[in-house]
Amino acid sequence: MAVPLFRRQFDSTEVVNTADDALARPELITGGKTFADVTNIVSRIAEAPSPPRIWWPLFLGSVALVGVLFSMIIYLVVTGIGVWGVNTPVSWGFAIVNFVFWVGIGHAGTLISAILFLFRQKWRTGINRFAEAMTIFAVMCAAIFPGIHVGRVWLVHYLFPLPNQMSLWPNFRSPLLWDVFAVGTYFTVSLLFWYMGMIPDLATFRDRARTRTRQIVYGLLAIGWRGSNRQWLHYEKAYLLLAALATPLVISVHSVVSFDFATSQLPGWHTSIFPPYFVAGAIFGGFAMVVTLAIPARELFGLKNIITLHHLENMNKIILATGMMVGYAYMMEFFTAWYSGNPAEGFAFVNRALGPYAWAYWIMIGCNVLAPQLFWFKRARTSIWAMLGVVMCVNVGMWFERFVIVVSSLSRDFLPSGWDYYTPTMVDILTFAGSFGLFFMLFLLFVRFAPLVAMAEVKSVMPQAHPHFDEHKPLGDYWGDAPGAHEEQERLARAEGGRS
Amino acid sequence: MTVDRHTSVTSEPLGRLLGYLVEFDDGHQLLHACEQMRDAGFTRWDAHTPFPVHGLNDAMGLRPSKLPWLVLGGGLTGLGLGLLLQWWMNAVDYPYLISGKPFFSLPANIPVIFELTILLSAFAAFFGMLLINGLPRFHHPVFNSARIHKVTDDRFFISVEAGDPRFDRDETRQFLTQLGGVGIEELIEEGGDA
Repeated sequence: MAVPLFRRQFDSTEVVNTADDALARPELITGGKTFADVTNIVSRIAEAPSPPRIWWPLFLGSVALVGVLFSMIIYLVVTGIGVWGVNTPVSWGFAIVNFVFWVGIGHAGTLISAILFLFRQKWRTGINRFAEAMTIFAVMCAAIFPGIHVGRVWLVHYLFPLPNQMSLWPNFRSPLLWDVFAVGTYFTVSLLFWYMGMIPDLATFRDRARTRTRQIVYGLLAIGWRGSNRQWLHYEKAYLLLAALATPLVISVHSVVSFDFATSQLPGWHTSIFPPYFVAGAIFGGFAMVVTLAIPARELFGLKNIITLHHLENMNKIILATGMMVGYAYMMEFFTAWYSGNPAEGFAFVNRALGPYAWAYWIMIGCNVLAPQLFWFKRARTSIWAMLGVVMCVNVGMWFERFVIVVSSLSRDFLPSGWDYYTPTMVDILTFAGSFGLFFMLFLLFVRFAPLVAMAEVKSVMPQAHPHFDEHKPLGDYWGDAPGAHEEQERLARAEGGRS
Repeated sequence: MTVDRHTSVTSEPLGRLLGYLVEFDDGHQLLHACEQMRDAGFTRWDAHTPFPVHGLNDAMGLRPSKLPWLVLGGGLTGLGLGLLLQWWMNAVDYPYLISGKPFFSLPANIPVIFELTILLSAFAAFFGMLLINGLPRFHHPVFNSARIHKVTDDRFFISVEAGDPRFDRDETRQFLTQLGGVGIEELIEEGGDA
């Protein structure tokens, strides 16, 4: 079958490995690469004397935004929370919207690194490393907001169960405190998982290091890894266990975040659909961010043979699936509001769609429900520009989803005399923009100095990795196949051979 | 056996012999060589690979990892700690009434218990792995090799330590050369400057 032109419009070096043949294993690493090629492609990024030209303007721009972020935080701390647009009914403004937005983004990284690992999705190896990095940086951005939202930042240690002069302990019956534990655990576990996965690749960097500084820095980070199989044995077990632990963890984190809302009695928040709906939304928004970062990264650093169209298409399918779940949740919220017969609940939802924040609601619907429908078409799923358009919509839409939930519910609750309209101030907007600066600054440093792709894992899913590669037996590998799969395939192959 | 380009043959060794390192082109040859090593009864030896090779644990005769037990211990500790922490802080040390809720009730305390269970299990998995593997360890006989740096790229190795009870300078070397590797190297202890 001839390759249609439209799939190649972005770059002539694009390899199309997105054929819908359920029986064929898609080529995960295109271009007939060897192990050494993988090492070279990935290591070269961090070894180049200077980064791609676009890196510096992006980095300096991000650093400038970080400056804005910290200026705004200092201004907030020395002046008071009044510099924000929060008012009496809407006491949770941008800070909580941004917190939920950033935590949600992180979830796709854990989904790729842990859940897809448990499901033996071999294609994850191309993208898991930078998706995990994205998780960590997103959670760092998220953690800033509740920290500064407490108002008296110098008392932020009250969040933790630390002995203090009043002998007072935190209230463990509050979902806000559950959040402290959930997000804290999530960050710590993600960091361990990320670092542990990087040890073999840091050892590659150490072994290729030419300068003394690189030898020392990567040498220390690689903690003396020598590829020993006696160590791989425990390493792989630890990796599997961390994946198995991170999977329920990631689901718990956004469920707990949703409890912040769901355990309150506010119409529009007090719904039992929130935990699954928040988790689906987090994965949806997170995958959109992974695609947003993957497209320029593979383009700039020559990673098209490792992060292939097949990877992008798979992620787009997940975006479509989770987008449908989110759309279902939007519908179900309305149904429940009507079916409950509760007038306050019913009003909250009509007010969302037709009230003063209707503009935000319809941006959310357009970006989260309508835009991903394009991904029903393979043509859109495999076109770089189409997917870039859709994922940018999703990035915007998922921020607005949190804005709609937080602001529209708070601004109009039970008593009309207590209603007010919330408008963010410049400080709100600049702080939010600054958090993007922090995120991109960390991400740019990561792609410049750390192994952007999990080399050892990618090598392990290449066909050559199988010990019986030379014997022309069916391919497979540790990361991919269920126990006994090889034997079964061999038996089938023999049976087929016998017939013909 | 191809040309022995990595062999350092010296009649008078520069330092103490720490072991041998055999290099292989691919995981397939390594796997068969490991089976022979296992059957020959060596104990202080290892395989070095760029990524975990499927089937190598059996070929080396390694027993399954005990790490899951450590993780279970970590998880149970986290569970107990989370339970005690909340009970003692909110119901014993400083009880205070919030919206008429009970001082201690399991449903409200489950999220924190769960998170601490996961946290301590993850610590056990990560630090337990380092502990069992003896990492960080920046000094090891194989690092004296001139070739071992390729193990993090695309080469496969078997190392035998001189401390192995079956180790014999000449016999072991003889045995290793017929394993099908592409080169054998002596691991020599470096001088005082190392």
